[in-house]
Amino acid sequence: MFPPVLPSTFTDWFASRGWQVHPHQAEMLGRATEPSLLLIAPTGGGKTLAGFLPTLVELSEGGHEGLHTLYVSPLKALASDIRRNLSTPIDEMGLPIRVEDRTGDTPSSRKRRQRADPPHILLTTPESLALMTSYEDAARTFKGLKRIVVDEIHALADSKRGDQLWLAMARLQRLCPDLRRVGLSATVEDPAAIAHLLAKHPDPCPILQADPGPDPDIRMLETEEQPPWSGGGGSYAIPAILDQVKRHRTTLIFHNTRAQAEIFFHNLWLANEDGLPIGIHHGSLDRTQRERVEQAMVQGRLRAVVCTGSLDLGIDWGDVDLVIQVGAPKNVKRLVQRIGRANHRYNAPSKALLVPANRFEVVECVAALEAVQDHDLDGDPRGPGPRDVLCQHILATACAGPFDEAEVFAEVKTVGAYASLSRAQFDECLEYCATGGYALRAYDRWQRLMQDDQGRWHLRDPRAAQLIRMNLGTIVDTDKVKVRMRFGGGRPLGEIEESFAAQLERGDTFLIGGRIVKYEGLKETAVEVTRSAATKPKIATFAGTKFATSTQLSQRILRMFQQESWPELPRHTAEWLGLQREISALPQPGRLLVESFPFDGREQLCLYGFAGRNAMQTLGLILTKRMEEMGLDPLGFVASDYALLIWGLEAVTDPVPLLSPAALHDGLERWLAGNAVMKRTFRNAAHVAQLLQRNAPQARKTGRQATFSSDILYDTLLKYDPDHLLMEITREEAMRGLVDFGRIEEMLGRVEGRIDVMRLDRVTPLAAPLFLEVGKVPVDGMGRERLVAEEAERLMAEAGLT
Amino acid sequence: MEGALPPLPFQANSPRSIYGKMKQGTGYGVEFCGASLEARPSGALWWAARDMLVVSDLHLGKSERMARLGGAVLPPYETLETLERLEADLEATGARVVVCLGDSFDDAAAARGLPEDVVTRLMRMQAGRDWVWIEGNHDPGPVSLGGAHLAEMEVGPLVLRHIAEDGAQGEVSGHYHPKVRIAGASRRCFLVDDRRLILPAYGTYTGGLRSRDPALAGLMGPRALAILTGPVARAMPMPR
Repeated sequence: MFPPVLPSTFTDWFASRGWQVHPHQAEMLGRATEPSLLLIAPTGGGKTLAGFLPTLVELSEGGHEGLHTLYVSPLKALASDIRRNLSTPIDEMGLPIRVEDRTGDTPSSRKRRQRADPPHILLTTPESLALMTSYEDAARTFKGLKRIVVDEIHALADSKRGDQLWLAMARLQRLCPDLRRVGLSATVEDPAAIAHLLAKHPDPCPILQADPGPDPDIRMLETEEQPPWSGGGGSYAIPAILDQVKRHRTTLIFHNTRAQAEIFFHNLWLANEDGLPIGIHHGSLDRTQRERVEQAMVQGRLRAVVCTGSLDLGIDWGDVDLVIQVGAPKNVKRLVQRIGRANHRYNAPSKALLVPANRFEVVECVAALEAVQDHDLDGDPRGPGPRDVLCQHILATACAGPFDEAEVFAEVKTVGAYASLSRAQFDECLEYCATGGYALRAYDRWQRLMQDDQGRWHLRDPRAAQLIRMNLGTIVDTDKVKVRMRFGGGRPLGEIEESFAAQLERGDTFLIGGRIVKYEGLKETAVEVTRSAATKPKIATFAGTKFATSTQLSQRILRMFQQESWPELPRHTAEWLGLQREISALPQPGRLLVESFPFDGREQLCLYGFAGRNAMQTLGLILTKRMEEMGLDPLGFVASDYALLIWGLEAVTDPVPLLSPAALHDGLERWLAGNAVMKRTFRNAAHVAQLLQRNAPQARKTGRQATFSSDILYDTLLKYDPDHLLMEITREEAMRGLVDFGRIEEMLGRVEGRIDVMRLDRVTPLAAPLFLEVGKVPVDGMGRERLVAEEAERLMAEAGLT
Repeated sequence: MEGALPPLPFQANSPRSIYGKMKQGTGYGVEFCGASLEARPSGALWWAARDMLVVSDLHLGKSERMARLGGAVLPPYETLETLERLEADLEATGARVVVCLGDSFDDAAAARGLPEDVVTRLMRMQAGRDWVWIEGNHDPGPVSLGGAHLAEMEVGPLVLRHIAEDGAQGEVSGHYHPKVRIAGASRRCFLVDDRRLILPAYGTYTGGLRSRDPALAGLMGPRALAILTGPVARAMPMPR
């Protein structure tokens, strides 16, 4: 039915452009009838066209009524980019095809129209799709749907956004039984795992591997300036980076966090004496600002863009011929995918430069380069689909109309990620959605869902649908507040974290969108700022995305430490490692190095566990708890993939008793209960499962804030209903990701009591970078209480009130 | 001294504890308009000379109201939790008079809809005590529970009401749920100057309003103190 050869309209058009159909594109066309099909192709391999060709061919014959193909991508920008790219062949071949995109940014009038009169091809995101399936008229909207194309599926595979999408796909499959699924993925270590998520379970999903193309040309940027002992911004490399920008057409400069991107951009601009057109792009910037940069990119008007993960995925930003990664890449797979951004030409090597931000990262970059050469991609299998997402899905299902629980359960079981879900587990989720799932609930008014005579579930209050729809989604960032200019019509600049906004005092300056602004005050729910002439801002602490360094990379680094000398490292870094060996020691496999020293007015304790960020964080929780009990007044800690740094008011001179396995095992459950990581996990689950709804139809702000912290809910449930579903979900999540106690045990097993304790009088070379880690976890104990007391006394004295 | 606020700190004991669960320590003494008051770490105000405990904004039945209005179904345990803390304060102080400064119930229906065990518990607390419900903006009408219902109440030099009024003197009120941020911690707090004292919200599921907010900053004099709740009640100049 679908010939593996293209209709003449297409071959003519390809020929007129001097293009050839790649083998994997032809094969995708030939296998277009497969119920599900996963394509693995390197970036630049014409992946997206491979996904769309069958759709274009099928629609070129005309006569299709309504929606034919849904295209889902993890990025809004990708959806509009693809729409632009598709319009060229469609217009030039004169195909009778209507293409539209639909994201959170689409005006609501157009969204309504799209539901009533959908285009042939709709480009959207997992969130927008979930929302569409939650309407009563979903069956009509999706009538005639033949294909769903999930682009950059690897980016969704290990996130709750993916889980939300797989569930929505199961719903679509029930509405449109003939629906064929196509996944497009970059190079990954385990394609079968992604195929399992894509296919309707338990159906098979064939995998099509495109030619991976030549190895990337990737190296470390050589700079005259040495990288600093510590620091995260890479500004030392600005002259060298500017030089590279000048020598290329378009350069993407990636950073790991938004704050770093902001600072770097600011410094780059100050050093940009030739006035090269350079832009900044990250997820906290206002949409219009982002769009301006995107447009300038597409038109080739920018020589460089400083960016974060928001530009990570396969957007075709024109003629990018160099990718620079500032800061250690943390993960080899992600690095390879980022590098693929450069040179969107098939079978041409991508060109990339790594810029370590400090000397520790030099080591990590060299290790990553070796891993890329060895094609040693990293990745850990993900557990079964999380149930908070399932709860949200059940609520969304109820919004679309009455449902039968057995039908919905059967539908959920066709989702690969939820294939192992038991009926009892499903029932718990349904019970939670219906009544809150509390041990004490007893009243009608606690029913969110109710059963009718036929046993079908309804929303008790149909008006709740609006609230549920407004809160669909699985991205629970820290709360953000908008930033706008005080004068000139209140132009929006972007968003900052609420906790950061809370620390601002009038007159404080911070960076946003590459400019320094002055905090003037909060008006309604937005931060008002004015222009500032200051040159040194107070830094915006946007969390951004923080990647965890993979196990493989950590192990490579640890092995590298054991060398006598490091000829493969730049001299300064080799000398730095030598210095660490001289002043303190380098971490060794099978031993645990612990340093103790005063710094920054606090006593510091640094443990080089190399057990991965999550396990190190858990170790931080256990140890601070033990320290609290021992009267050592810990104030907080921060974990990296290699080390754990704890600060407090008292020096820890003998950490060995703290680290005895018996002591660590003791009370595992106890510490698990009341700690900050669990609360953070709970907060996330509570928002996804819509125990807490962040968005309301209109901001109901009186003189008093209506919100309260999810921590209080956590404490309350822990005390009165510790087995509540959300507490269970929190424990499941924490065990699989955030707690990772298994790796602590593994580390202790490796170490077997061989602990090297170094008491030093100052910060050590290897510990320094930890002071710049984001994600510090405060310990609210006696140490904090002492600080509160001291600060209160100081303020009283200052005010002359003592 | 202008402002007349010689704080009389009660002796602070040092509660050793494991973190996350700290024992309640001691209160902070305030001379306010001729009355010797203690701001308790729990957020209750204790007036020993009158045997009177004052609490504000209990918001009993909040989770029930949210569920009833079709919003999120929050854990329904906050009313119990709030009452448990109130019982602890009553036991610690031996109060004979209890004044709830308004917004005691999240709304009138929440007051009517309190579960049996909560009502019993409240009645047990009321036994042998004078109990006064001051009207708030969330719970204007009288309710079927025991105790007197008043719009406001004068006691000696003080007047107790829900919302602070312009030009008031010796006024004790609630409503605003004040809180402050200090040394990386967020704490509910009392606000006090030489004319006014505002209580923190006592209810478990209650948010807070920063003392910097114009609504609060405009009410309090320049020398106002914030007294923090927490393990030990502590005073600091009110952040503004």
